[in-house]
Amino acid sequence: MSLSSSFFGSKFGITERDLDRYLAEALGRGADYADLYFEYLATSSITLDESIVKSATQGVSLGVGVRVIAGERTGYAYSDDLSPEKILKAAATAACIADAPAKVETVGLTPARQHDLYPVLRAPIDQPLEERVQFVKRADAAARGADARVIQVQCIYADSLRHVLVATSDGKLSFDRQPMARLNVSVLARQGDGTPQQGYSGGGGRVGLDYFTGASAPEAFAREAVRQAIVQLDASEAPAGESVVVLGPGWPGVLLHEAVGHGLEADFNRKGTSVFSGRVGQKVASELCTVIDDGTIDSRRGSLNVDDEANPTRQNVLIENGILRGYLTDELSARLTGGRSTGSGRRENYQHIPMPRMTNTFMLAGASTPEEIIRSVSKGIYCANFGGGQVDITSGNFVFSASESYLIEDGKLTRPVRGATLIGNGPEAMQYISMVGNDLKLDQGVGICGKDGQSVPVGVGIPTVRIDKMTVGGTARA
Amino acid sequence: MSEQQLRAAAASAVAQALALGATGAECTIASGSEFSVTVRLGEVEKLKEADSCGAGLRVLLGQRQGSSYTSDLSAEGIRQMVASAMEIARITEPDPFAGLPEADELGQLPQDLGLASELTLSTAEKIDLAKRAEQAALAVDPRLTNSDGASFDSHTGVRVFANSRGFLGSYRSTYCSLSAVPVAKSDDRMERDYWYSIGRDHTRLESPEQIGRRAAERVLRRLGARKIATRQATVVFEPRTARSLVGHVFAAVTGDAIYRKSSFLLDKIGQTVAAPGVTIVDDPTLPGLFGSSPFDDEGVPGRRNLIIQNGVLETYLLHTYTARKLGLKTTGNASRGLTGSPGTGHGNLYLAAGELPPEELLRTVGTGLYVTELIGQGVNTVNGDYSRGASGIWIEDGVLTYPVTEITVAGNLSEMLKNILFIGNDLEFLGSTAAPTLAIGGMTISGVQ
Repeated sequence: MSLSSSFFGSKFGITERDLDRYLAEALGRGADYADLYFEYLATSSITLDESIVKSATQGVSLGVGVRVIAGERTGYAYSDDLSPEKILKAAATAACIADAPAKVETVGLTPARQHDLYPVLRAPIDQPLEERVQFVKRADAAARGADARVIQVQCIYADSLRHVLVATSDGKLSFDRQPMARLNVSVLARQGDGTPQQGYSGGGGRVGLDYFTGASAPEAFAREAVRQAIVQLDASEAPAGESVVVLGPGWPGVLLHEAVGHGLEADFNRKGTSVFSGRVGQKVASELCTVIDDGTIDSRRGSLNVDDEANPTRQNVLIENGILRGYLTDELSARLTGGRSTGSGRRENYQHIPMPRMTNTFMLAGASTPEEIIRSVSKGIYCANFGGGQVDITSGNFVFSASESYLIEDGKLTRPVRGATLIGNGPEAMQYISMVGNDLKLDQGVGICGKDGQSVPVGVGIPTVRIDKMTVGGTARA
Repeated sequence: MSEQQLRAAAASAVAQALALGATGAECTIASGSEFSVTVRLGEVEKLKEADSCGAGLRVLLGQRQGSSYTSDLSAEGIRQMVASAMEIARITEPDPFAGLPEADELGQLPQDLGLASELTLSTAEKIDLAKRAEQAALAVDPRLTNSDGASFDSHTGVRVFANSRGFLGSYRSTYCSLSAVPVAKSDDRMERDYWYSIGRDHTRLESPEQIGRRAAERVLRRLGARKIATRQATVVFEPRTARSLVGHVFAAVTGDAIYRKSSFLLDKIGQTVAAPGVTIVDDPTLPGLFGSSPFDDEGVPGRRNLIIQNGVLETYLLHTYTARKLGLKTTGNASRGLTGSPGTGHGNLYLAAGELPPEELLRTVGTGLYVTELIGQGVNTVNGDYSRGASGIWIEDGVLTYPVTEITVAGNLSEMLKNILFIGNDLEFLGSTAAPTLAIGGMTISGVQ
């Protein structure tokens, strides 16, 4: 694609001469590097509650961020106005981080190498509203029809289309058009006058509207949410204390995101503040574990054709057979550690400085069947679904909260137990993985990762795994 | 844009919506400047400075409603935002309870709430404050070998609200904060922690030396932490963790949670839901505090609401929609960003202080866990299930002894509120939610066998 035919070239008349001028201004105080991030984001969402389409929103935001790097220092400024005066002012503000005669000159811009992972011809947000509103209505009808104990249903459909242009002082130029859509269904079920219980499901990705059919139809998400709520009606207290834990496939991959993913982001490791700092080449997980962060999977929520610093995303091996292979780097950490960016530089929007972030993080399949894994446990807990998690990357302690779990007794799933938080220490917990299933599954596409005040969409995945020891935070004596 | 221009833009958006056939409309505009600098190991690491603005509009077409937003406040940007809201309102369905507040409910508090001050520091002075905070932290002990930096942040903003029932209001606010995040190492384990101070201007911040020292003390006391055996125990929440419990009570008393039957406090008005002596208040009228505002995000003046008084649940927190759903009146708790319809927010939300100084409270507890950090989301306000990752310090013979880590604390919020045994006298506002030290009996701690 050429600049003139790109979104920002054709709609806002931005030329290569403009970009050169802004970059030169940003480098004007003696910086090593500068980049520009132009973003146009259109979003819409439709909310159904009590079987009424109660509200719907749409809107646009537009802006440009200017980032300047001088050694380890970063200067940042942005403007929500694309006039040359405002962009030059932002560039001059960001440039102040450097304090030396100008030494670097801009290099002629060349389109960056990038993938084509989401060639959605018509983005969901460009389709008629009447078509999209059907998703929440269909999900509501299906949920209410699935079980008479359902008392509340809430459905939210949301989509967006982001146009991005990145230009860097070392000559990279990238354009990307990033569609996204998702549908969430949450239900409340109640048995008689007992305590209501929640169930939740959803899915999406960088997809067209045709995604929401078959296994991803609104009815399928609705039925899954109802199933989870109904299971909870019979759940008893979760056990308290150390236990064997078996994670089901798919969304429980949030374990990897918290236990190792964040700790392998290069900003923490460059500063020596991560529990994984300085441990490349060391054994940090059982040899059954190979963990990958892959931004190049077609249509996935965490995928990107090119990262937010004009570097193509990659398939990055983080842990191979238990050995730590490398960190997720962005432009700054790559510059400071003498490596190359792994295509992991991401930001929430033009108002934010990019950081190393995950994309889609998963563990490769192993040899065991899921049945074998469950059969191997005489007493333990099986976690099929999770809510969110959190990690303290310095100590390595992480938690994730189970939303659907069962007791395992004598090799069989017996009764459901209530929600509980599981806690462990990253490198320790990963050593306790003693069986890995042959059933790798990726999540359905609703993940959001927060770091330093910035949220980005991500994916996770995992096969069934057995962890020999983790602390389960229930209330019943084990 | 000046405050006058922003007010004119909001009024114009409302007028344009009515001209296009809306039966009601309301517009929020937020405009602000942010500054942030982080120093690490004595050098500036990140410096960010920018202005931004945005507008959001909600329109009513009879009982249907739609909304839109934009970052473009030019006349053309406002025109497109109005057209966009009118377009998307078409796909929504009539909701008998949708609407704006009644005209006699609108208004603003007359008194000066002290929300804005003059931010006069130069960039060099801000950098210097951050450097001093970090230096003070690292100087406390040789085990403090690393740092995640120290930051000075400041923000000035204007918020404008206009609606088609004649309300037009705006107010300025400022704040700044200073924080330090030192890292300590001992044997093979690393720990980090932080401390911060926040004020309407820099003169109201704790000194950088004090912030650094407090951050350092918090990290050092985490070193050498052990896991403990699974047990039932009294758990003491220090103010920084206790305030999250007040947040869970808030989530359970919002009108949204109540009309959806998604609250463990459903149908409990007038009943004892907490231990005697527990009083939880939401008050947006307290001068200078961070949850104060002259009107809520529907143009209704804020007021003091007693949520729980002496253990008895007195009120839910409502905005116009949830009030109508429940056959009640708004409590002035509408809150919205720029997108979507109003939700429920709070002003200064706090659990009222008790009489025990924290040291005496620990002596009275005798044995238990003092929780200094909670992580994870394991809180279900529908059924009250509570299970979170924790670290802290074991209390023995009424004093803090050794640090504890990698455990969870669990219970059920219904019981936890009733099991509040002691309330400290150390209530301090470091944001819009606050609580003093709280001791809760009968919680389950999960650790090793």
